[in-house]
Amino acid sequence: MSNNNIPFTREELARYNRHIIIPEFGLEAQLKLKAAKVLIIGSGGLGSPALLYLTAAGVGTIGIVDFDVVDDSNLQRQVLFDIHEIGKPKVEAARRRLEALNPHTRFILHDTHLNSGNAIEIISGYDVIADGTDNFPTRYLVNDATLLLDKPNVYASIFQFEGQVSVFNYVNKKGERGPNYRDLYPTPPPPGLVPSCAEGGVLGVLPGIIGSMQALEVIKVITGIGEPLSGRFFTFDALNFENRIFNIKHRDDNPVNGLHPTIHELIDYEQFCGMRAVEEKPVKEITARELYDWQVRGKKFKLIDVREPLEYQIVQIGGELIPLGTIAEHSEQIPQDIDVVVYCKAGVRSEKAIRVLEEKFGFKNLYNLKGGIISYIDQVQPELTRY
Amino acid sequence: MATVIIPTPLRKFTNQTARLQVEASTVGEIINRITLEFPDLKKHLLDSQGALRSFVNIFSGDDDIRDLQQEKTPVNNSTVISIVPAIAGGNH
Repeated sequence: MSNNNIPFTREELARYNRHIIIPEFGLEAQLKLKAAKVLIIGSGGLGSPALLYLTAAGVGTIGIVDFDVVDDSNLQRQVLFDIHEIGKPKVEAARRRLEALNPHTRFILHDTHLNSGNAIEIISGYDVIADGTDNFPTRYLVNDATLLLDKPNVYASIFQFEGQVSVFNYVNKKGERGPNYRDLYPTPPPPGLVPSCAEGGVLGVLPGIIGSMQALEVIKVITGIGEPLSGRFFTFDALNFENRIFNIKHRDDNPVNGLHPTIHELIDYEQFCGMRAVEEKPVKEITARELYDWQVRGKKFKLIDVREPLEYQIVQIGGELIPLGTIAEHSEQIPQDIDVVVYCKAGVRSEKAIRVLEEKFGFKNLYNLKGGIISYIDQVQPELTRY
Repeated sequence: MATVIIPTPLRKFTNQTARLQVEASTVGEIINRITLEFPDLKKHLLDSQGALRSFVNIFSGDDDIRDLQQEKTPVNNSTVISIVPAIAGGNH
């Protein structure tokens, strides 16, 4: 090979020298890194070390998904950020740091919350996905999306002193496909049973250890060196410094890629994880403009304000004040024979009030003011005080 | 006696004990013994019907008991049982 055919600049060759001189790695693996597109989901505890090492290692294109901003409580473990970045979007803070580390890597920022509506589009642009999110709905979302798109998913998770790593949906050189998250954990725990890191805490160095292992497995998946952690499940207990590697297998009853799949597209993962009650039917709604129209037309209806007295003193739009906490005991003050519009500040408390009145007292004539009094002020009476 | 490794998130229910020694001949017996001794563990390991929860994995040695004989998986004095619940931390 003549020097002209080497697609690395002299500077890159010098930069990656310690990789290139490893016999099992060499220029070939380094070229694979340069050609690779890796998506890091979450730039926090796990994403910080993973992004730093993958950028330093010379991955050609790195996508970062995060909708959050840097908070001072992040700095205990999210080593990508410093005090100058507090309050700024994580994806932008990450890019500033990483571009200074390696100008040969291209970054694609996804300053958004990954969900069923955008996951396929975002993930489809990458070769390898590294999932370091902090909640079960997104874990199952990323798992299913990577199965549907046929992408390997390098999984890592932490809690307090415990870390887990595995490589999901990896097709080995013999063409055998490894198991995935649904094979390991078919269903998520109900909300509240397993606390999040925000509630339960995490030792700051733990994501550094586990996120570095995640970066290691990403590099192995891209380059094909060694044996990726597919079909195996690594756990680390930082307190006892014990690690174990368990064998995991593909399950025939996997709903996405088992023998009889029932999931063929992304589902509602909040609902799947029990975050939202399945049977709850929506309450009737009215927009601020429609309410204004009723008022202008002189339609006969009643307005109920379920906010607190202090809020009522700040601004009010003519509703009778019955705070949410007292709604049941004052249900007799609310007519059932004409339409009633219930509102609060933004529409959440009034929805609760309507559910109480419908379920306990059989009301059928209640409308929730969409967006609450704030929406009414914005759209109808902008001269009123916003709070 | 078989050894049971309790994961850090569940140690608050076992007086912070990381390893339990349990006299039993099957995995099912082990689960019964430890949930009797530490009742608060029960709702984390078993659902209301008494079945093992699908977000808590039990490994006998290196293998998932779902790939062995489930709760009937035999254990002996050298068996190490690991309880590994799903955790989802990472970004925040």
